Amino acid sequence: MTTETTKSIFLKGVKDAAPFFLVVGPFALLFGVVAAQAGLDVIEALAFSVAVIAGAAQLTALQLMVDQAPTLIVLASALAVNLRMAMYSASLTPYLGKAPLLHRALAAYFIVDQSYACSVLAYELNPHWSLRQRLVYFWGTVAPICPFWFVFTVVGAQLGGSIPDWLALDFAVPITFLAIIAPMLRTRAHVAAALVSIVVALAFAWLPYNLGLLVAGMCGMITGAEMERRLVQRGVWPG
Amino acid sequence: MIDTGWLWFVIVALGAGSFALRFVFIGLIGDRDLPPWILRHLRYTAVAVLPGLVAPMVAFPAATNGDPDPARLIAAAVTISVGLIWKNAIGAIVSGAGALYLMLYLLG
Repeated sequence: MTTETTKSIFLKGVKDAAPFFLVVGPFALLFGVVAAQAGLDVIEALAFSVAVIAGAAQLTALQLMVDQAPTLIVLASALAVNLRMAMYSASLTPYLGKAPLLHRALAAYFIVDQSYACSVLAYELNPHWSLRQRLVYFWGTVAPICPFWFVFTVVGAQLGGSIPDWLALDFAVPITFLAIIAPMLRTRAHVAAALVSIVVALAFAWLPYNLGLLVAGMCGMITGAEMERRLVQRGVWPG
Repeated sequence: MIDTGWLWFVIVALGAGSFALRFVFIGLIGDRDLPPWILRHLRYTAVAVLPGLVAPMVAFPAATNGDPDPARLIAAAVTISVGLIWKNAIGAIVSGAGALYLMLYLLG
């Protein structure tokens, strides 16, 4: 056993997650600005961020609402973007599944890309941690990320209307998404899923209510999963 | 313009749905294992959905009324390249924004 204290594990979580602030801060700012330009006031933008805490899903929903898509399409598309949270939840379960229900519910609310990525890595590297130590680390990773998600949403919403046209803010959303996607393309299966998604989305862009996105997402998921299955069969996974 | 009642309905429904996705396994499944084929599909949701969301925004930007725009296409290509090569989201955003402003300035 090591001499790790509760405090040192919490601070380790803070330290590991802190660099992600550089992604989260600007992304929250962007959501606030886009929300304000779509006509949301500060309270509405903040409520959005508090309820959902997932930038990509929030921007997807907002974009579709600006386009006046039907409610079902708005919810289905944004939740499809958030399906990865279910995967995070599944992968954290072996480590945190024995915690009290209330604690699990609270932790579930704060599962985001950054808290998940840091925690799963730390749990693999520190198999001797107790359940309590794992929870403490998790809250350490949440501390430098989630509060700023809310704060910068508010700052962005207040700046909103004063952003001039020449800043071409319309393109900040695609650039931010592309920058998030590119580092995710670690294997051939990921690349194939992304390429199929792009081709199908463009081919079906004529479908009403952004249904093309749902078709593209499903085709991409099936492509990625099938490619992984075949690569495993041929003994060349991961690669 | 987004109707206020509609907006609040979407905020609440999306919040509930997002929590359900986060809670489903850690809260309800507990320690039981999931079928591998479900996990395999879940692994690709982010890379399958986000590119499909962005592709039409890049190819048919709203700011140019849906006409393909060289400045925006070049900025997208720079963002992807930097993100792929250096695996760094911040670097990709900064380079992509830089490329966009440079191209908008040069190409008018």
